[in-house]
Amino acid sequence: MPEATFLDATELVLNMGPQHPSTHGVLRVILKLDGEKVNGCECVIGYLHRGVEKIAENRTYVQFAPYVDRMDYVAAVSNGLGYCLAVEKLLGIEAPPRAQAVRVILTELNRITSHLLWLGTHALDIGAITPVFYTFREREEALKIFEKYCGARLTTHAFRIGGLQYETYDTLETDCLAFCDAFVPRIDEYEELLTHNRIWVGRTKGVGILTVDECKELGVSGPLIRAAGLAWDLRKQQPYSGYEKYEFDIPSGENGDTYDRYLVRMQEMRQSNRIIRQAVESLPSGPIMAKVPKVIKPAAGECYVSIESPKGELGYFVVSDNSTLPYRVRVRPPSFVNLQALDRMCRGSLIADVVAIIGTIDIVLGEVDR
Amino acid sequence: MAEEQKPAGQAPPKPPPGMATTPWESRLAASLKEQFGDRIREFSTYAGQNFLVAEPESAISILEFLKIEEEFEYLVDLTAVDYPKREKRFDVVYVLYRFPPHNERLRVKILVADGEKVPTATGVHPGANWLEREVYDMFGIVFEGHPDMKRILLPEDWQGHPLRKEYGIIQQDQRWVRENLHIDSGQ
Repeated sequence: MPEATFLDATELVLNMGPQHPSTHGVLRVILKLDGEKVNGCECVIGYLHRGVEKIAENRTYVQFAPYVDRMDYVAAVSNGLGYCLAVEKLLGIEAPPRAQAVRVILTELNRITSHLLWLGTHALDIGAITPVFYTFREREEALKIFEKYCGARLTTHAFRIGGLQYETYDTLETDCLAFCDAFVPRIDEYEELLTHNRIWVGRTKGVGILTVDECKELGVSGPLIRAAGLAWDLRKQQPYSGYEKYEFDIPSGENGDTYDRYLVRMQEMRQSNRIIRQAVESLPSGPIMAKVPKVIKPAAGECYVSIESPKGELGYFVVSDNSTLPYRVRVRPPSFVNLQALDRMCRGSLIADVVAIIGTIDIVLGEVDR
Repeated sequence: MAEEQKPAGQAPPKPPPGMATTPWESRLAASLKEQFGDRIREFSTYAGQNFLVAEPESAISILEFLKIEEEFEYLVDLTAVDYPKREKRFDVVYVLYRFPPHNERLRVKILVADGEKVPTATGVHPGANWLEREVYDMFGIVFEGHPDMKRILLPEDWQGHPLRKEYGIIQQDQRWVRENLHIDSGQ
């Protein structure tokens, strides 16, 4: 018998990342390959772990608020909203209507910027180089609105517990409406580039399928479960911050593949645009801060509050022991839970599809690792 | 570079005085009471959110019952809270959800002593896999029967579990930092 050589091995283990441009940060994936076919994969995460939940226990409720922006830094406004809502629930207060409407405007703008970043990089990963230049152009316009409002573009810390720190600047309404007007033709433009593009369709259709049942089983939420066919969105099911006042649809797909997730997110941007327009046009006047005690010290208790972030269900489980420091803050990160489905989605697909699938889950490693 | 071995003068916070909860009564609570009797010791509501406190050994059968009979098929989150002064120091919390038309959330809590093993929920909710690994990583609670019980966010050979209350905010595994990063301290 001749000695076995590496050619006899049927399974090849290939390491991808953590330094790899298509993993969107420091994600390491260990792939088990049979030729080009993926038999399974394992994610190694934690390279960006900063111990956010531990920091929370050593800061006051107010001091901790800017830290949440550093988790999903692409959608910092959503993170801030979720945290504020959770602490407000513990305190038993609600932001005044004007603050709620401004929150909706900024959160939806943020959903658009998050989806634009996803679209540009996802397309770039697959080999479509053009869209990223267009999406960053529009993203810039939205970021300018954040910058004018609160001075920051990414880690905005736009909201405060009980409402808003700043009154809106003079031209916020006109800026937002100008953005909305310009944005719809832009989405059409992206869709022209991709939706019926044969290469795009070939690379995304039937790739990384997740059914509704698999999504439920794995806790997957957001555009992934909607693309599988379940029109489930917390903005509709458990409205917060006055979302029940606005008219919008929940787009959903049928096949749960990468292509449907693309279509769902494109539709979501259009719906966000609709919400922003309605919120701006009906922006009420009035105070922007609720009556919040000088020292935030909620009664002993706990609550779980979740919102629909651009990536899925973002939840905060906050426990108070009637002191000025939170006793425990648990963040339920959508990226972390969704990333768990990577193994299921990759099985049986080709190695080039792994890049498409990582892109379609839309993860931000800052949120996965916290 | 200070040689920080101990947490920097941080006394563990006091255990919270009890929550002002109200009893939770509903059809669901009644059917759980009928099914599990004494094994569920509390049905409560706080801030409009329902939760129940159960014995660790019946956790899995409760999750299973809720999933099969009551359609709580979505495990939203699984986490823990540390109360070092209590005899059973950890709360392990399962956040469950059932989809519309119910559209309802429920938390299942179990009290666990240090070193006590908790049966894994991965058999009922496969999505619990990473969540349980994270709880193990951060609190050192071992889930029995878990297919891959190892750390997830911290390096595999790291010593200590950071979200335990006695773990200081700037504490770190000095040996690991020295051997792997070749510096005295990451601070």
